[in-house]
Amino acid sequence: MARPEDRAAAGGGYAEAAWALMRRRLERAARQGASALRRHFDGGYAPDAAASVAPPAVSVVDLTVAYQRVPALESVGAEFPPGSMTAIVGPNGAGKSTLLKAIAGILRPRAGSILLAGGGPRDIAYLPQSDEVDRGFPVSVGDFVTLGRWRRYGAFRAAPAAVIGEARQALETVGLGAADDTPIAALSVGQFRRALFARLMLQQGAVLLLDEPFAAIDATTTQALLRLVKGWHEQGRTILAVLHDLDQVKRHFPRTLLLAHRVIAAGPTPEVLRAETLARAGFDIADAAAAS
Amino acid sequence: MSGLEALLIEPFAAYGFMRTALVGLAALALANGPIGALLLLRRMSLVGDVLSHAVMPGAAFGFALAGYSLLVLSAGGMVTGLAVAALSSLAARNPAQRQDVNLAVFYLLSLAAGVLLVTAHGSNIDLMHVLFGTILAVGLPTLVLMALLASASTLILAALYRPLVVEAFDPGFLQAVSGGGNIYRLIFLALVVLDLVAGFQAFGTLLAVGPLLLPAAAARCWTRRILPTMALSAALGLAAGYAGLLASYFLNLPSGPAIVLAGGALYLASLPAARYRPDLARPPGVPA
Repeated sequence: MARPEDRAAAGGGYAEAAWALMRRRLERAARQGASALRRHFDGGYAPDAAASVAPPAVSVVDLTVAYQRVPALESVGAEFPPGSMTAIVGPNGAGKSTLLKAIAGILRPRAGSILLAGGGPRDIAYLPQSDEVDRGFPVSVGDFVTLGRWRRYGAFRAAPAAVIGEARQALETVGLGAADDTPIAALSVGQFRRALFARLMLQQGAVLLLDEPFAAIDATTTQALLRLVKGWHEQGRTILAVLHDLDQVKRHFPRTLLLAHRVIAAGPTPEVLRAETLARAGFDIADAAAAS
Repeated sequence: MSGLEALLIEPFAAYGFMRTALVGLAALALANGPIGALLLLRRMSLVGDVLSHAVMPGAAFGFALAGYSLLVLSAGGMVTGLAVAALSSLAARNPAQRQDVNLAVFYLLSLAAGVLLVTAHGSNIDLMHVLFGTILAVGLPTLVLMALLASASTLILAALYRPLVVEAFDPGFLQAVSGGGNIYRLIFLALVVLDLVAGFQAFGTLLAVGPLLLPAAAARCWTRRILPTMALSAALGLAAGYAGLLASYFLNLPSGPAIVLAGGALYLASLPAARYRPDLARPPGVPA
């Protein structure tokens, strides 16, 4: 006959085994839940992705993008070799920003594709036009810039101290060193553009898409930011910038893509920015004459 | 018992329905605070209004089917609320369409359809219940449902806090960096619907948006930072609920409107504070 202690011990062992089993099940369920959460809601988290300066070759193939039924781009094809620095130029409404947004993955093309040979979407960093950000939103400049490193900490983790340090440094570089705790609402247009550049720096993209990076800012800020862009070009990054100032394009951008819903001309800047091609793109004759 | 105690505590000590109402209002205030703050920050107060009306036809349909069944009413309201949230999210992609017209049209249609449905199957008193709620008639099952819905919306907001906030001011960045832009807008609207369904038993479809917007609007006057706005908004919501309940008890007023008016009074009292905006001072030593 089993003694009561034995029975208790056996029962205890059984309960312990059951508990251990349940705990293993629960832990597995928690792990699966966490990974499902990450998969569905944190697609941008990629802490191990190496930040390489070797950019992929960007090819736009037969790209059509439409807003409702109105096409903004029709059958656009373009090549941006690694390390190239290209200005995207065209009249208002030509689809310049649309092209950048499609390459950045913000707009879905109706037809055609964007190929990144030797890389992926993670290599791309995008500088939006200032009015696409709600500048009245109560977020501090430091927090705003820290977001640039989203891939490092994703949707659910706190930003590591190292990233916060990087954000400070980037703010220092763009001349906003003292603005860490300031809300973005307090920044002037030029200051906010500097903050956008700082966030872009944290993204460490090998391909940089700049949508009107120098619009509506003073000459000093333009010079400072242009120096940054040239520095990135020298590091071997690929740069695509939507620009309006044709003189600026001629002086600083080796290649130009002239766009008016479709590609009008592409290649070395002096060949693209001729009066005849500009007129074909629908620029005013006066503009075209001034440019040539 | 001192006079103050008789004024502030005695009604709740004496009556169970007052205690239940207060607990329900506390649950609502905690959930509404953060969501309402985010709703205002996104400049979507009109959308909140419309979603609260979107709950009406579904709730009315539930009433026509099953009378005062808590679950059927709430499930019906949830279904139409979520459907409209999804529709408005789709429509927001199309910049050509005039959003405000659609919303105004929808607002009117759902109110009319809801009233029609309720009066076809019930009395004017039923209609008053659906439109204005009955916080003092909230029983234990309703309280539990309110608390569950409020907890769910708060937990989801907490879990998805960063993408929800970033989507509010820079959707393009979120889409570029994480690939899930539109889904977060939809999730946020769903959270608003959760809160509205939680509140509609107490406030009715016409007033459920009041406890969502008014405390948040008052809190925005005192602080501009996000987390303090959310916390203060929850606290002010609870204060408005408490004050409104007492007013309705002593002055024999309908409780829902009294609580909404108390929230409005808090907002008006907070307005002068909004003039001081030290946060808009330019940072020192930074080139303009």
